[in-house]
Amino acid sequence: MIKRSFIGLLKPQFECGSIKDTPSLKQIPTSKEITLLSNCPFDKKKLLFKKKAPVKTGQKLLLYKESDEYIVSSVTGQVSSISSYIGDFGQSYTAIAIEVADEEEMDDEFKSAAGGSQNATLETVKNYLAFAPGNPPVKLFTDKDKPINTIVVCCADSDLLITTNQYIVQSDIDAIKNGISILKTATGINDIIMVASQSQMHEVSATGEKVNQVNDTYPSALPPLIMKDMLGKVVPAGKNPEDIGVCFISAEAVASIGNAFNSGQIPVTKILTLVKKDGSKSLVSARIGTPASDIFKAFNITLSENDRIIFGGPMTGSCVYSEDHPVQPDTDAIIVQDKDDIPVISDYPCTNCGDCIRVCPANIQINLLVRFLETGQYQEAADQYDLYSCIECGLCSYVCVSGMPIFQYIRVAKYELDRANTAEATNG
Amino acid sequence: MVDNNRFIVSHAPFWHDGSRISTRNYNIALAALPAILLGIIYYGMPAVGVVSLSISSAIIWEFAFCRITKCSVTIGDGSAAIIGMIFGMLLPATAPWWLIIIGTFVAIIIGKQIYGGIGANPFNPVVVAIAIVMISWRDVFDFNEALMNYDFDFAMVYPLAALKHFGVSAVDSFSMGDLLMGKQSGGIGSTFGLGLIAGGIYLIVRGIIRWEISLSFLAGIFITALIFNLNDSARYAGPAIHLFTGYTLIGAFFLATEDSSSPVNFIPMLIYGASAGLLTVLIRNIGVYVDGVIFAILIMNLVNPLLDKIHPKAIGRVA
Repeated sequence: MIKRSFIGLLKPQFECGSIKDTPSLKQIPTSKEITLLSNCPFDKKKLLFKKKAPVKTGQKLLLYKESDEYIVSSVTGQVSSISSYIGDFGQSYTAIAIEVADEEEMDDEFKSAAGGSQNATLETVKNYLAFAPGNPPVKLFTDKDKPINTIVVCCADSDLLITTNQYIVQSDIDAIKNGISILKTATGINDIIMVASQSQMHEVSATGEKVNQVNDTYPSALPPLIMKDMLGKVVPAGKNPEDIGVCFISAEAVASIGNAFNSGQIPVTKILTLVKKDGSKSLVSARIGTPASDIFKAFNITLSENDRIIFGGPMTGSCVYSEDHPVQPDTDAIIVQDKDDIPVISDYPCTNCGDCIRVCPANIQINLLVRFLETGQYQEAADQYDLYSCIECGLCSYVCVSGMPIFQYIRVAKYELDRANTAEATNG
Repeated sequence: MVDNNRFIVSHAPFWHDGSRISTRNYNIALAALPAILLGIIYYGMPAVGVVSLSISSAIIWEFAFCRITKCSVTIGDGSAAIIGMIFGMLLPATAPWWLIIIGTFVAIIIGKQIYGGIGANPFNPVVVAIAIVMISWRDVFDFNEALMNYDFDFAMVYPLAALKHFGVSAVDSFSMGDLLMGKQSGGIGSTFGLGLIAGGIYLIVRGIIRWEISLSFLAGIFITALIFNLNDSARYAGPAIHLFTGYTLIGAFFLATEDSSSPVNFIPMLIYGASAGLLTVLIRNIGVYVDGVIFAILIMNLVNPLLDKIHPKAIGRVA
């Protein structure tokens, strides 16, 4: 954890660590049972497959009737349980556990459907690659209401400590190149912008695409800041980049697309950074769905009561309740924090010191905003105090002298307003 | 999924820079120490008594208020101690005990707690308290009279009072070095200019107070005093006298910079500081009060919320 420096006159500067030489990648052996999470709520009646259904590696499994949600099995075996899982902010998932068989069998449905990179169609990408490592945002490409005209390929990692994209750029630039050409053919979008940090410029330039250099300091690589600084387009408060025709895709997702068409197999292994209690980092390659406990076992990490397991980066990730929580296509890091390293959150009021104001990349008057959020006046916060301008970098909470959970207040406010608006819209 | 261990599940970010309100306040106390120490060296045990009583009674008032209102006791954050300490620094060494206790009551209860405690006070609690006791018991703050019985190797005169009553010629005898070394009459911790400046620089470097406020306050005083002086040097003293006497330096580094009652944006901080400096000299030169720092800061505390309306536009804001 980076602490405040003695000289506190300057803003905290976070260098996103760059990996020098390609680090060794530790392969996690396939687990006995894996779990895949799909974004749609569990609905037993509409399920298209049952327990004990056999699955092959790389097989696409449509989940429900009248829905095109699917998952891609990362192992060969049989479905051992299908259940509901509730994540952050009440988001419901369907959890499909698969018991792994001894013999691995590859599924060839994608191979016959794809037929090689020259014939890549958007339909194939959409129908098979939404669950690939890096979560390619395939739905955005096919949304008729929000046409996309620019694709930003993010080669830098968005949060601290994460090195997934950097690793892929170093080790698999050909797959990225291939992925980009597939994206171009499939979507018909030729305006591709690569965003890379300084240390990646050399490799990324080799793709022949337009490359923009992003600052090494956090949070420069967050989409709203890339939009503002690189593309010169400011995302209006409350909107997403795709609303103004820009789609962000990670280098890993592009590489997944490239590899999928190259090999005829949907990629099923996820590359992630494991940060141990002592802060040391290791790159891990694990099947999607591998429980975190198997990764811990491979690294001899023992967890004790009141430790913390974080999926994602230290600024924007989320905690999990169980060490068996599975690796998902978008899990870029797993961080283990010792109970003694967990900073205290307090209910102290804002003292108006202004540290958050100086650190906020979105120029929000956080000292005023937080007073409204604390008392639950979310609509006022949104109307007058720029709640929706927040780009969710988490720096305000990081520097808060009072130890207020400002970032969480903001997320709760957005969530509550969203809920209220949805209810209003539904009820007319 | 059966787990033996229960984990902490909380929200992002999972890092914190480790700053604390208590650390900030103890650093302010540390920065104030040199000025107090010199006061103690000059005035001896009475000064120790005043400062100690001020700190302890402030803490006791805060403790009592928290108990009576059944809130969690907040004396650990050091805020009450700081209020007591700075209040004590502004008093003459001869301040009577009852005045100190009344003063800290005003500071803690009326200045801070009735608004909701730390972070909610519209005025700097110390400034509110000192303004009230200063108006109520003027004699105590007549430093010349109050410190009459002290005999030092320097002119035991309160420069601002001399300036007000006898004109510029009365303060000609003060050399810059003497003023900076605290060789003047005044509050226990408000005369040692060098110590206050050192403490202020320490706080600025540590990021606890903002240089924008301190510097613009001093600049405001300097420029306004200079304009007066250039206009009529026989009636109005030069900027140096204004900068190093009275509550100017303690005001610049310890009073005007209080978090809750000062702005947080860049331009508002400059306006806030400069206006407080301007008002200070206006009150000193053409007002009835000897020193204007207290009232200038009070008035600017009042304007602070308005000033903070000047801020950069949030990204993506449409209106």
